[in-house]
Amino acid sequence: MDDILLLDTTERYFKGDLSDVEKARFEQLRKDVPEVDQMVVEHSMFLHQIDAYGYNREFKHQLHEVHKQLEEAGEISENAVTPRGKVIQFWNKYRRVTGIAASIAGVTALVISGLVTYFSPSSNQTQIVQLNRKIDQVMQNVRVQGNKLNAVIKSSKAPINEVALNGGSSFLIDGKGYLVTNAHVVAGSSTILVQNNKGQEFKAIIVHVDNEKDLAILKIDDEDYKPITALPYSIRKSSADLGEQIFTLGYPRDEIVYNEGYMSAKTGFKGDTMSCQIAVSANPGNSGGPVFNHNGEVIGILSTRETKADGVVFALNSRNVYQAIEELKKEDTSYNKLKAPSISKMKGMDRVQQVKQIEDCVFMVRSFTR
Amino acid sequence: MKAEFNEQVLLKGLAKNDAKAIETIYKNNFTMVQSFVLNNNGTYDDARDIFQEAMIVLYENAKLESFVLTCQIKTYVYSICRRLWLKRLQYLNRFTTPVESLEETVSVEEDIDFQQKRNADFAIMERALGSLGEPCKSLLEAYYLEKKDMTDIAASFGYTNADNAKNQKYKCLMRLKKLFFSQYNIGE
Repeated sequence: MDDILLLDTTERYFKGDLSDVEKARFEQLRKDVPEVDQMVVEHSMFLHQIDAYGYNREFKHQLHEVHKQLEEAGEISENAVTPRGKVIQFWNKYRRVTGIAASIAGVTALVISGLVTYFSPSSNQTQIVQLNRKIDQVMQNVRVQGNKLNAVIKSSKAPINEVALNGGSSFLIDGKGYLVTNAHVVAGSSTILVQNNKGQEFKAIIVHVDNEKDLAILKIDDEDYKPITALPYSIRKSSADLGEQIFTLGYPRDEIVYNEGYMSAKTGFKGDTMSCQIAVSANPGNSGGPVFNHNGEVIGILSTRETKADGVVFALNSRNVYQAIEELKKEDTSYNKLKAPSISKMKGMDRVQQVKQIEDCVFMVRSFTR
Repeated sequence: MKAEFNEQVLLKGLAKNDAKAIETIYKNNFTMVQSFVLNNNGTYDDARDIFQEAMIVLYENAKLESFVLTCQIKTYVYSICRRLWLKRLQYLNRFTTPVESLEETVSVEEDIDFQQKRNADFAIMERALGSLGEPCKSLLEAYYLEKKDMTDIAASFGYTNADNAKNQKYKCLMRLKKLFFSQYNIGE
């Protein structure tokens, strides 16, 4: 019975139903008797729990009631929401954002294209102008070059009404302007032009022809020609030895061409003792060109080649040049001063240096006829 | 400002089990949760359960004096429902597609964990009450949950006087407390 009373008092204490006197007595009792105090704390915890449980249960009940009421009122219903496509949901949610983004993108595109069209034409125009100027320049250059070409053609010493006949090579035997070439190069010509490796043209005349030896001596008869005081090479009187290294310079093209080879035989075509056989590559236009040995001595005049065999070339022995000079002097005493060089200045020289000195003395020969 | 004020009023009403407040919150938010659950492999009943669970979390929190809602009720409810539904889906192994998160969410993990603890306590109480048997269960419910007066209880239960009813209630209460405290752990 005491316990029931105690519990009842405790519950009334929590509810606040006790009078001030009762409350004071009860609190005094809690202080004095530890068991009572423990019971009170335990009961307080329990009451709290059961209260919370009660409210929770009631709230759940309320929720169910509310749910039912709302369903009856039509505020909520099972069919209120039908599962929609996620894309549609997404669209509905972000429709405005998408619209704003799209308009910003549109404006940006317009601005950029506007800027592009505003700035691009000016730069294009300058480029076009520059191009024009360049083309003008090119046209100008073409005109100037055309004029120059015309001037060159006009200033060319080639006879206007004559036809080119033959082309070959020749070389100086005297710095005053005497050249040696093949007779067949200048045969039947009315005008002869010689041209050095710098492209300068000079008129020349035939002063001696020996058709038997196929040898001709020309003299440059032109005011533009400046005599060379001393020739770098000599013309050898004795014949060359077999196996000697040789080189040639000539004009198979419009440009001077160097070639090298060796002495193959002491006699020429079909045992011709006036010429010798050399192994070198030769082409039409090489005729009349000099053949040098390694000392820079002229040992022959390149004249013919065998058509059936490659690299078989015949050169007129250089001593024939002396014979021709002697005959010329006999014919006309005015050529007494003509003197072929007998000492080479190029012994032991590097081949490149030799060629550099010789090339000024080798001429292209062009013969014209009416 | 007005919307915010209204929300505070609603929360206070909710804490006092005010039917009007409960109804308003329910009406304003249920459809949103319904569409979320239905779009994520759920049914109407799932939506109701989840929403009511979320409402309980909100209710229990609203009763705490320390609770301050830092966002709209709508966002809070949605966040809780989303979290609860995710857990449910994982539990049911129905987590096939990633849950769409188009709405704003707030962190509610702590609130949900705390609520789980409370739910466990309530479950203990419910089991203890259930295992009491009649008339103890009804007697205690009438006194402690329905807050009925002892004299009325004695009359309705058929006791000759309130003291007898009190005596009976005392015995029942001792049994209930014994059952409850044998399972209840404060620390857990």
